[in-house]
Amino acid sequence: MSTTEILFWFLSVLALFSAIMVLVSKNPIHSVLWLIVVFFAISGHYLLLNAQFLAIVNIIVYAGAIMVLFLFVVMLMNLNKETEPQRNIWMKFLGVISGGMLLWIFISASRSAGEMIGKTVETNTGDIGLIQNLGKVLFSEYALPFEISSVLFLSAMVGAVVIGKKD
Amino acid sequence: MPIQYYIALAACLFCIGVTGVLTRRNAIIIFMCIELMLNAVNLLLVAFSKMNISAGLNKAVVAGAGTDAQLFVFFIMVVAAAEVSVGLAIIVMMYRNIHSVDINFLNRLKN
Repeated sequence: MSTTEILFWFLSVLALFSAIMVLVSKNPIHSVLWLIVVFFAISGHYLLLNAQFLAIVNIIVYAGAIMVLFLFVVMLMNLNKETEPQRNIWMKFLGVISGGMLLWIFISASRSAGEMIGKTVETNTGDIGLIQNLGKVLFSEYALPFEISSVLFLSAMVGAVVIGKKD
Repeated sequence: MPIQYYIALAACLFCIGVTGVLTRRNAIIIFMCIELMLNAVNLLLVAFSKMNISAGLNKAVVAGAGTDAQLFVFFIMVVAAAEVSVGLAIIVMMYRNIHSVDINFLNRLKN
């Protein structure tokens, strides 16, 4: 078993375990903290796939900015285990059954897809994911979407201020 | 690594997100599960972009393969960040009005 495989299994188990812990923890703050672990595991997967830029952006944007925003909102509302709304046990059971059946469909569909059989993912090769290569394409071919996304951020900021304003 | 492993991992993460949306009632946790689903799809996109390309393509195509997919993931992250800022503002306003994050209270929107 090579180092890459060991890392793959470790990161996969870590991601799935933390994702399940996000669901089962009663305290919302614990859910936020477990979701940060999921994002770090996914960043590790990006590093294995040689997408270094995306790994760093994932840590900065998701684990850094977005999860701090979530943690801030949870603490602002003073949510804890006592204020957590509970759905009844039958709804939980049916939700898990539905999710499991969706997973079953995904797995069986991907197992029977002929195009995927025998294909491998190239790990630890290539330098596509470096910011040098991505930036060249981003600022030449994708310059217009990049600028439009800045307008999107501006409108999201204005929208958040307008929604949060006391009228 | 076979591509099937990455498909299975992303499918598991996506289905955990779906299950969370269906089973939890806290609006913030539902929002976090949507983030989980977005991340599963991002991981799958990156894995597909690194799938080995069949021989016969010319050198320039092979060298540039994967760039578009990774930029696509970058734009998904940008849109998700904007979505989170507006969505959390909506949840904060909802909490300010009904003093709860229970989504079952939202059925009064229909009146």
